Amino acid sequence: MRTRLQTWSLLVGATAVLALPMPSWAQLTQSDLASRMGMESHIGKITGHAKDAKADYRRYCVGCHGELGDGNGENFPWVDPKPRDFQLGIFKCRSTPTGTLPTDKDLFDTIARGLDRSNMPQWSTFTKQERADLVAWIKHFSPRWANEKPGTPIQIPPEPDVTAERIKAGRDVYARVQCWKCHGVLGQANGPSAATLTDDLGRPIAAFNFTEGAKPKCGDTDRDIYRIFMTGLDGTPMPSFADNIKPDEAWDLVFYLRTLMSQNSKEKTMAKQLGLKPVDPNAPAGQQ
Amino acid sequence: MRMGMQSRIGGKSTRFQHFLAFALVLVFLILSGNQNANALPAFARKYGLRCSACHESWPMLNYFGQKFKDNGYQLMNDRDAPIWQNPGYWPVTFRITPIWHRVSTGKVLIDQYAGGVATGTAVQQRLETSGFDLSGLDFHTGGTLEKNISFYVLPSSDPTATFHFETVMGRLDNLFGTPWINIKFGRFELDNLLSEKRILTLTASGGIYQLYHFAPAGDNNLMGAIGQNQLGAELMGHSNDDRTRYSAALVSSSVGNVNLVTTSNAYTGYFTASQAFDTGRLGVDRIGGYAMVGQTSTYYRTSGGTLVPGSGIGNKGFHREGLVGQFYFGQHVDMQVVTQHGWDSAWLGQGYGNAINPSNGAPGGTPLPNNPPGTTLNPGSLAPTWNGVLVEPHYVYSPQLIFIGRYETIRMSRQSNGPSYGPTTIAPNGLEGPTPSNFGDTSTFTIGYRYNPFMTSRAGFAWHNEYNWLHVDGAAPDGTALNKSELLVGFDFDF
Repeated sequence: MRTRLQTWSLLVGATAVLALPMPSWAQLTQSDLASRMGMESHIGKITGHAKDAKADYRRYCVGCHGELGDGNGENFPWVDPKPRDFQLGIFKCRSTPTGTLPTDKDLFDTIARGLDRSNMPQWSTFTKQERADLVAWIKHFSPRWANEKPGTPIQIPPEPDVTAERIKAGRDVYARVQCWKCHGVLGQANGPSAATLTDDLGRPIAAFNFTEGAKPKCGDTDRDIYRIFMTGLDGTPMPSFADNIKPDEAWDLVFYLRTLMSQNSKEKTMAKQLGLKPVDPNAPAGQQ
Repeated sequence: MRMGMQSRIGGKSTRFQHFLAFALVLVFLILSGNQNANALPAFARKYGLRCSACHESWPMLNYFGQKFKDNGYQLMNDRDAPIWQNPGYWPVTFRITPIWHRVSTGKVLIDQYAGGVATGTAVQQRLETSGFDLSGLDFHTGGTLEKNISFYVLPSSDPTATFHFETVMGRLDNLFGTPWINIKFGRFELDNLLSEKRILTLTASGGIYQLYHFAPAGDNNLMGAIGQNQLGAELMGHSNDDRTRYSAALVSSSVGNVNLVTTSNAYTGYFTASQAFDTGRLGVDRIGGYAMVGQTSTYYRTSGGTLVPGSGIGNKGFHREGLVGQFYFGQHVDMQVVTQHGWDSAWLGQGYGNAINPSNGAPGGTPLPNNPPGTTLNPGSLAPTWNGVLVEPHYVYSPQLIFIGRYETIRMSRQSNGPSYGPTTIAPNGLEGPTPSNFGDTSTFTIGYRYNPFMTSRAGFAWHNEYNWLHVDGAAPDGTALNKSELLVGFDFDF
C-alpha cells in the first residue's frame, strides 16, 4: 500500500513538474514581450523607449531578427553569419567583461557601425533618439535585462607609442596565448583549429582573417581591437584573454596584429624594417 | 486684358490657338504617362533586406535607401563587391502594372453629325474613357561591378513594348577614398531628392510631378524639365552618414535623346545641395536647394530646306531653381515639399527651340518655328516666368500600407506674349495677342494608397488605388479652364 502511494505520489509530482511552463527563451510569446514594453535605454542624456521603436524594428530589422527577436526572420536561411538571437541576451561587441550584458552604449554603437562580414549594415541614418529606442527594443526581447545589470566596462589604459620592441613582444603574446591556432601564423584564419570552430549554437564560424582587408566586427580602431580580445566575443569561440594578458601586453598584441593586416600602418612598416618573422608554433615558450 | 481675350475668342486663329494648347497638354500628358521607377528586389535579394529597409513604400526611397544609392548601390561593407555573390546571381528586376483606369476630360471638341453626315460643327463635350490596361514594362538591372564601381541599366517600354534606354550609367564611387567624390556617366535621373522616377502614383497626370515638366503654353523649351533623364556626367558627394550632400551635373541639352539629334554643343548644368538634421523622435529632416541653368538650340540649319539633325545653334538660355524639404513628423507622417521658379528666354517662350522634333508641331498644324539668322522677336515678347509649389504628405500606417496625397500649383508670373503684344498678332508659337495672365496656370491634386499584402526581401507587390484631378487654365477649346480627372486601380508588382 505504501509502495502504491509512493508510486502515485511520484507520478503526480512528475506530471505537475512537467506541466509547469518551462522558462525557455524559445517559448517567448508576443504577450511576454508586451509585458516588457516599458524597457528603457540610457545613452548620455538620451532615454530610449522600447515602445517607440516598434515601427522602426518592423521596417528595418524584422526581416533578419524576426518578430520575436529570435533571429529567425525570413532571411534566416539565406544569410551567413546568422542573425543575432536577441532573446539570448548574448552579444559579441561589448565593452564589458565576458559573460556580462553589454552596456546600452555598446548596442547603440553597434547599430550605427554595422557588422562587417555580415548582413548587418551601418544604420547611421537613424537619429540618436531612434537608435536609443531601438536599443531599448532589443533589450525587451531578453529577460536577462530584467534580472541582470550590464557589466562594468573594462578599463583601457592610454595607448603607448609603437616601438619595434613592442611589436616583437606582441608577436610573443600571439604565440603564447595561441592566437595562431585559429587565426594562423600569418593571420590568414587557417590555423589548425580554424576548420573546427563553431559558435555557441553549434553553427560553423570562421576565424577573423587579418590579411584580407576586412574590418574587425566590433570596430577597427586600436582601442576596439584591444577591447575585442580583452572582453572576448561572447557566443563565439573567441574567448576573453583578460586573465591571460596584462594591459601592457594587450597593447603589444594590438601593434603586432596591425602588422598582419593588409592595410598600411606604421606597425607594418616597422615590422618590415625589422624583418619580423611569423610565429613559430614549434618554438619553445619564450623563444620566438 | 479682358478685351484682348474676347477678341481672341472671336478670332480665326483662336481655334488653332486652343487646339495647339490642348494638343500640347495632351502630348505632355501622354508623354508623361511613362513610368520608370527604381525599386529593385535584385538589391533586396543581394543584401537580404526587406523592401521597407530602403523604401518608405517602394519605389520611393527612405533615408537609408537614399544613402545606399548615394554610395553607388553599396551598403559600404564587405558584401558590396560581386565576388560575395553566388556566381549565378543576376541582378535583374522587372516591373509592370496591370490596371483599370477611367479618364474624364472636361471639354473636348466633338464633331457633330446629322443623318450620318458631319455637320461641320463641333461641340465641347466631356469625354470619358475607361477600361483595363497595362503600364509599360521596366527591366532594372544594377549593382556593383567591383567595389566602388557600379552600374545601372534600365531598358523601359511603353505599353506596346516599344523599348528605349531610360537609364544607362556607370558610377565610380569614393574616389580617392572619400565619399565626397563620386562620378556617374551616362543617361541618368537628375539628382532630385523627391525623385519622380520613384513616384508613388501612377495616373498619367498624377504619375508625374507637374512641376518637373512644366513649360508655359507655346514655349518650346523641352530641356527645362528637371524630371527628364538626361545624358551627361555628374559629380556627387556626401558625408559618411549622408546628412550633407551635393551634386553638380553637366548634361547635353538633348533632352536625353541619343544621337545628338536635338541639339549641338549646348549644355545644361544641374546643381543641388542639401543638409539633413537630427530632429530626435521626429526623424531626420532635410532641406536643400537646386538650380538648373542651361542653354538650348533655337536654330537648326537646313540643307535643301530640310532641317539637319544635330546642327542646332542660336543657343538661348533658361533656368529653374527651387527649394526642397523632406520633413518627417515621427514614424507615420511626413511631408515632401518642392518649390520652383522658372525662367525661359523670350525666344523659347515664342516657340523656338524644338523645330527638330520629328513630329514638328501638332498634326495638321503649323510646324514648330525655326530661328534662322535675321529672325526678330515681336517687341511685346517677354521671357516667361512662373512659380510653383508641390506638397506631398504621406501617412505611413505601416511599411505595408501608405496613404498618399499631393497638391501642386503652378502660376505664371509673366507670359511670353506681353501686354504690349499686338492684339491681332499671331506669335510663332501660335498664340494670338497678349496672353491672359493666368493662361497655362496648372493645379492638380492626387490622393491614393498602396497596400503591400506581404513584405519580403524577394519581391514587391502593391494593390494600388489612386485618384487625380488636373486643372489647366485656358487649355479648353473655348479658352476656358480644362479639367481632367483620372481614377486608377492596379496590381503593381516587381520581381
